[in-house]
Amino acid sequence: MLVSYNWLTEYLHIDDYTPADIAEKLTRSGVEVDILHKLGEGIEGVVVGYVLECEKHPDADKLNVCKVDIGEEEPVQIVCGAKNVGQGQHVAVAKVGAILPGDFKIKKAKLRGQASHGMICSLQELGIEAKFVSKAYATGIFVFPNDVKPGQDALEQLNLNDTVLELDLTPNRADCLSMIGVAYEVGAILDREPKLPQPSVHTAQELASDYIGVSVDDKDDTPFYGATIIKNVKIKESPLWLQTRLMAAGIRPINNVVDVTNYVLIEYGQPLHAFDYDLIGSKTIRVRRAHDEEQMVTLDDQERTLTSDHLVITNGEKPIALAGVMGGADSEVHNGTTTILLEAAVFNGSVIRQASKHTGLRSDASTRYEKGVDPARVKKAGLRAAQLIAELADGDVLEGPVEVDGRDESPAKVELSLERVNRKLGTDLTTTTVEGIFHRLGFSFTKTAKGFNVEIPSRRQDISIDVDLLEEIARLYGYDNIPTTLPDSVTTPGGLTKKQTIKRKSRRYLESAGMNEAVTYALTTAKKESNLRPSWIKHDVSLALPMSEDRSTLRTTLIPHLLDALSHNKNRNVQDVALFELSSVFHTVEETVTTQPNEKLHLAGAIMGMWHEHQWQQERKPVDFYVVKGLVEGLIEELDADGEITFEQEEIAGMHPGRGARVLVGKTDIGYLAQVHPATAKEWSLKNVYVFELNMDRLADQTKGDVRYEPIPRFPSMDRDIALVVDEKISSGKLEAVIRYEGGRLLKGVKLFDLYEGENLEEGKKSLAFSLKYQDPERTLTDEDVSKVHNRVVEKLEAELGATLRS
Amino acid sequence: MLDRLEELQREALQKVEQASELNDLKDVRVAYLGKKGPITEVLKGMGKLSAEERPKVGQKANEVRDEIKTAIEEKESRMEKEALDKKLKEESIDVTLPGRPVRRGNRHPLTAVVETVEDVFIGMGFSVAEGPEVETDYYNFESLNLPKDHPARDMQDTFFITSDLLLRTQTSPVQTRTMEKHEGQGPVKIICPGKVYRRDEDDATHSHQFMQIEGLMVDKNIRMSDLKGVLETFAKNYFGEDRKIRLRPSFFPFTEPSAEVDISCAICDGEGCRTCKQTGWIEVLGAGMVHPNVLKMGGFDPEVYSGFAFGMGVERLAMLRYGIDDIRHFYTNDMRFLSQFK
Repeated sequence: MLVSYNWLTEYLHIDDYTPADIAEKLTRSGVEVDILHKLGEGIEGVVVGYVLECEKHPDADKLNVCKVDIGEEEPVQIVCGAKNVGQGQHVAVAKVGAILPGDFKIKKAKLRGQASHGMICSLQELGIEAKFVSKAYATGIFVFPNDVKPGQDALEQLNLNDTVLELDLTPNRADCLSMIGVAYEVGAILDREPKLPQPSVHTAQELASDYIGVSVDDKDDTPFYGATIIKNVKIKESPLWLQTRLMAAGIRPINNVVDVTNYVLIEYGQPLHAFDYDLIGSKTIRVRRAHDEEQMVTLDDQERTLTSDHLVITNGEKPIALAGVMGGADSEVHNGTTTILLEAAVFNGSVIRQASKHTGLRSDASTRYEKGVDPARVKKAGLRAAQLIAELADGDVLEGPVEVDGRDESPAKVELSLERVNRKLGTDLTTTTVEGIFHRLGFSFTKTAKGFNVEIPSRRQDISIDVDLLEEIARLYGYDNIPTTLPDSVTTPGGLTKKQTIKRKSRRYLESAGMNEAVTYALTTAKKESNLRPSWIKHDVSLALPMSEDRSTLRTTLIPHLLDALSHNKNRNVQDVALFELSSVFHTVEETVTTQPNEKLHLAGAIMGMWHEHQWQQERKPVDFYVVKGLVEGLIEELDADGEITFEQEEIAGMHPGRGARVLVGKTDIGYLAQVHPATAKEWSLKNVYVFELNMDRLADQTKGDVRYEPIPRFPSMDRDIALVVDEKISSGKLEAVIRYEGGRLLKGVKLFDLYEGENLEEGKKSLAFSLKYQDPERTLTDEDVSKVHNRVVEKLEAELGATLRS
Repeated sequence: MLDRLEELQREALQKVEQASELNDLKDVRVAYLGKKGPITEVLKGMGKLSAEERPKVGQKANEVRDEIKTAIEEKESRMEKEALDKKLKEESIDVTLPGRPVRRGNRHPLTAVVETVEDVFIGMGFSVAEGPEVETDYYNFESLNLPKDHPARDMQDTFFITSDLLLRTQTSPVQTRTMEKHEGQGPVKIICPGKVYRRDEDDATHSHQFMQIEGLMVDKNIRMSDLKGVLETFAKNYFGEDRKIRLRPSFFPFTEPSAEVDISCAICDGEGCRTCKQTGWIEVLGAGMVHPNVLKMGGFDPEVYSGFAFGMGVERLAMLRYGIDDIRHFYTNDMRFLSQFK
């Protein structure tokens, strides 16, 4: 909503406040003023001029040489390029020395040999947006439509000394979609009563009802329909005051009749429509739902196919307007129109909202209907428009508008007690203060035993229950004046749940291990995931109407977008990157989703490049499988997993077939780690990327959470090393499993400290060396004790895995 | 004999003096103080002396022996120290060579903000609650007093999956979910951080995915003045002790009265600057008293219970805190960006 300060002064005494003051007050009490548009800012020295003579430039086809009276002793000569300039016009002249927007200074000039002392201006040159300029002047200079005098300040005549407040209205404040509504609001803030127009009109002898009959199918759809007939109208340009007010309100002037309907729309917030009576084609107006597939052409010359969701104004047979949204092309007011039917109606907001949504048509009218117009104002608005059309188009208004009135005129009432006000706000307001606020708002009330019974005027349809009223009291009392207290409530411990703690611990661990946290988008494409998606995922979850193909499906894995991030960095020559992300992934078992999908918290990492940089003391070391394995193992240990961590070799979708492992805690599958398959990596223009992806919901379930102290061993431990030669196919994990099993109670630790393949070994063999730690919590072990267990370990390794001790 | 002893002392001290290595001192020790040394010889010959002379000679012999011993020890320790000094001098290194780097990463700035805000509210006795990102229309809209066809639904353009399922446009659905779990019994004190989604074209100030933190407190006798108090405590904790807050009336379907909350600009201290667009204030969150319909749908009796709720944009808090000018940075994961947040 654009609110002209000058226009607002017509309803309310605000001269003692600047536009900026009013804006600040509105903003602080709940109607936010987004921008203050200072019209005519940066313009100086523009006056009204009268074109005394206008002749073609002797040496230039497209230029005219004009003699212009600018209210000074002598007329000035101005060369003007506009096509529409002509003798006898009143125009806006930027004098020599004038300044136009953009710090454009007007100087004496010579154009093809002819002196030019100033410039005749278009409205655009005076800072008015082209879309608000009447089509008549869109490509030329502006011509004043009525009496102005040479030498007058053109800015004042054009209302360019005005400031326009652009309101950013919240959906509940439809009442401020009109000048009168804003006057009420500012009046409530300043405690001043607005003065409203009192429209009246002299009617002709003839009766409107002889010209038109109105019927309404459904009073819920159309609570009120009024039709006024105005004869003998002369369609012409509107007077200047009307044009400038419309432009300030962001509306392009068209002709006197249409301009009046728009003016009253802004003034009262009541949409109106003028039909050319003679083009209606009958003496009947019937408001009904459209038939399915019914067609009509709207004012914008678009053919519309309607459904029974749409409400239409018909001539008894076919639609002549899409109710509340747009008129029909067939009955449009044109230059030759002489008789008009002026519609002032109230339509059901949600019906209009649907029609507006279906057709994609949003107009000043439809937005007001959607949010609810004031039913008490519709007749006055119709009268106001009739009055103005009679004045400005010389029309004869016929007696008695034809009306169908099904409005519910019983006012809304809300009960509220003072005790409740103070208890909810934490204030200590008195009855007098609250009564004063109701008075400022223009709400009448009666006092009851409990407090107040408040009658809500129909312009404030946002108020229907006591908290609505409470808010009115709070905002007019001033939020700043409400005290600051702390809740008088029982104390609660607060804190993080086990899973939340695990999330934080995981982040801290990975950060201190050298990884950076990334956050990527959840929306992706199925294609991007295609060969990375685990086969057990049945269906993904896709948007009904994505904004773009790239963001159409919820991810089932975090890996692709992490690879995007690696790729982004690589393209910027950042080669060594280790990222992790903790986010949700989504999938469903339903072919067509009907219930909320599975939403799991995943922790994934992606690493490329060097793990250790080349340093003066340190070798460059690229990331490899075991770096990632160490990170994952460390993480699970950090989280205190309740079960043994094991890794099983597995071919994982999109991963290197020989370099991937399933991660298990106990028997629970927690996720995987792997090298990305070179072919997959290539799709991202990457090489040698290692990733892991863990299901944190499952991992969280597998952690102990509580640390229990174990006594520090009182007896010394004993280390034994063992070097084995085995077939190269035997995995280290298998050997370790046998060692652990046979080592039993006394074996406290196993560590692989050497792996050797190559020279001095038989083909197809490898050598692994383990260090075993033995300890008994009850006593000091003797050599003999340890040897007994250790020899059994060796025997089993030999028997079960064909290992031989390396000498 | 006494002369002999003095002569021995002189001789020995001279040799200690002349010793240039630890071994020389060892030789002196063996030569003069050993069992076969001259002082022992002298003592052995004492039998020939008179009873009168014997103690004198004995005493002198001990004195001489102590003198020599002390001299050797002093010289020894001096020489050891010199040797160590020399060795340490040789061991000196170039301390300006770079240290061995310890690899470390950083938390994402959005995480940093979320955890800080969580901690401030945990300190006030709040718990952290979470909810699903794919929500039902009921939790995301209807239970928050936004029935189908409500004009205020236009405030949030939504990614729908089906007519009933959607990507949550706000973290507020966690409010209803949490209230339901409490089965009408207060107090409820939660803070809910999470990802939310809206149909916005990504640009410097818009992102189709972003993060919010929602707060909710419901109990008997919660007043609007309590909302002011809690938010002020938060603002001082998060933005600094000198920051002030102000509430401006606003509209949200799920609260009434509703407010936009501004904090005094930290850059100009409320004087007006470019960051605060000359107003001295920066809008940081939306808040209000929980609408009775929302309480009802959460299973709380609005005649008995009341509450407040607030919501803030994490990106906005991060942008203010770190002076970041483009929201897309948070989701690009450029290392040159991520590595700045220590």
